[in-house]
Amino acid sequence: MTLALIIRRSLRQHLLSTVITALSIALAGGLLMSVWVVKQQSQATFTQVNIGFDAVLGARGSKLQLVLNSIFHLEASPGNVSEADYLYIKHHPAVKLAIPIAVGDNLRGFRIVGTIPELFTAVEYAPGKKFVLESGSRLFDPAAKEAVLGSFAADQLKLKVGDTFHPFHGLIYSPKEQHADIYTVTGILEPSNTPADKVVWIPIHGLQTMSGHDPKAATDVSAVLIQLRSPSAGFRLDMMYNRQGDRLTFAYPIGAIVADLFSKIGWFDQVLTLIAYLVALVSAAGVLVAIYNSMSARRRDIAILRALGARRRTIFGAVVLEAAAIGVLGMIAAFAVYLAIATGVAALIRAQTGVMLNPWTLDPVMLWAPLGMIALCAAGGLVPAGVAYRTDIAANLAPTS
Amino acid sequence: MSLLSIASLQKSFVSPDRERKLIVDIAAFALEGGQQLALRGESGSGKTTFLHLIAGILAADRGSIRLDGRDMAELSEPRRDRLRAEAIGYIFQTFNLLQGYTCLENVLLGMSFGPGADTARATAVLERVGLGHRLHHFPRQLSTGQQQRVAVARALANRPKLVLADEPTGNLDHRNAGESLSLIRETCRENGAALLLVSHDPQVLAVFETVQDFATLNLALQEAAS
Repeated sequence: MTLALIIRRSLRQHLLSTVITALSIALAGGLLMSVWVVKQQSQATFTQVNIGFDAVLGARGSKLQLVLNSIFHLEASPGNVSEADYLYIKHHPAVKLAIPIAVGDNLRGFRIVGTIPELFTAVEYAPGKKFVLESGSRLFDPAAKEAVLGSFAADQLKLKVGDTFHPFHGLIYSPKEQHADIYTVTGILEPSNTPADKVVWIPIHGLQTMSGHDPKAATDVSAVLIQLRSPSAGFRLDMMYNRQGDRLTFAYPIGAIVADLFSKIGWFDQVLTLIAYLVALVSAAGVLVAIYNSMSARRRDIAILRALGARRRTIFGAVVLEAAAIGVLGMIAAFAVYLAIATGVAALIRAQTGVMLNPWTLDPVMLWAPLGMIALCAAGGLVPAGVAYRTDIAANLAPTS
Repeated sequence: MSLLSIASLQKSFVSPDRERKLIVDIAAFALEGGQQLALRGESGSGKTTFLHLIAGILAADRGSIRLDGRDMAELSEPRRDRLRAEAIGYIFQTFNLLQGYTCLENVLLGMSFGPGADTARATAVLERVGLGHRLHHFPRQLSTGQQQRVAVARALANRPKLVLADEPTGNLDHRNAGESLSLIRETCRENGAALLLVSHDPQVLAVFETVQDFATLNLALQEAAS
């Protein structure tokens, strides 16, 4: 009761500095947790995103660019794959399924991707999960000018079944680049939390033959998404396309290529984490400074407590626990800061990639960051606690007679 | 055996010009259980230092301070703190109430370092000093006289054997001083506590049956005068 009362009253007596210091801890803790969770979740999520495919075949170039373009719908296509090459891989005995895609148009910034209906009927984008159309929807007719929209794209574009639109040429939206073709929305996909959610899907033939596109490339595809019959087949095809051939690139395995990207940008994570650690240290120093600066005002109270019989170690413990209590208050608020930052970042990542991070998922950082931060704050309280420990009772109980 | 017996007690301080100066030098002093004694002394005569030594707030350079059979000078600091909390009530001239705590909390906190906080007892002593209706008021919300009464309640809450009062009426007007002094003496009597009060105020000293001159007790003052 005694320590709790002393701490509670002291926090209240120094309310302004308590609140400001706790807020700085909240910012530091929230930043630390959000950097960590976003880093962990994005790495785990992106390296697992392959929407049900083992490999991608595309024009000669970077494997990473090919994966980003065909799986994540980012970056430009490295080039085209001829119909002959597509048919060859489609009928290769090691290939279980080959789905062609074609890119090159957009609808107000959302990519239009041409493909075949099998992408939605034959593929599990995650184990046991197939793309599902919302009720009242149907797949596009491969021969018609129809479209199926990913849930995020439909929401952002405010399109519903029955609406029509003109595609725009290129991957970047320009109102001047509008195609004459008119497409009708026939279906909207339920959210899959994959990059497919931010895509406007149309029949591949429609994209290949869109008004204004080069008729010579009307049978080419941008990439072929491939399911293999066995992992060993992937290495054989890798050997065939990447080492022996020089026209095409076979990106396999997809997860490893994305993981390679994360290892290349790992320094950025480390910089962010380092900044978060530094902010945490500065906040703990803030606790030290806040309590230390108020020591002259506290000396009389400490002397009175000592005169009443409080031991030095009680006073020392009260100051350390007060510092830890500021840490506790700060870390409670840090969860709100974390949710604000993580939700914002998740929305940004969702808009850019279609991949949804979940800020509400529990992570070990939500245990060790608060504990670490509270311990740091308590450590910050050691210096003023030392000053409190050495407080001279008689000198601070003036006046004397 | 006396409740408090002091022998060959000395305490010196280093002055700003780095000379060690003897402040308290008392050959012998005793106080019986339940006795009420006033020490007369001028400001700066070392009265507060003497009370601080008895309370264990200051450690003596030499000599013994036996309180209820235990020698304060031989105890470790934590044991002195414990003995002070359990056996001594201290009433300061400036009351030394904790401003961030209510009246009740001030009394409870004083108790918590001794035998333990007892809300019923704390409430009872505050009621006894006439502050039953001010339990949850903060010191700044009370008059000077009421603050003094909180200090009295805090000093007596642990049922101490000895109450030390350092110029307890120094900050009060004439009427409040008289009431406060009566209250201190009565409550000490009711609780069976001895009272050692130091003051330079003749009106305060006149109330006591036994008054001792601190100048004759403290040999350091005699040496300084000679």
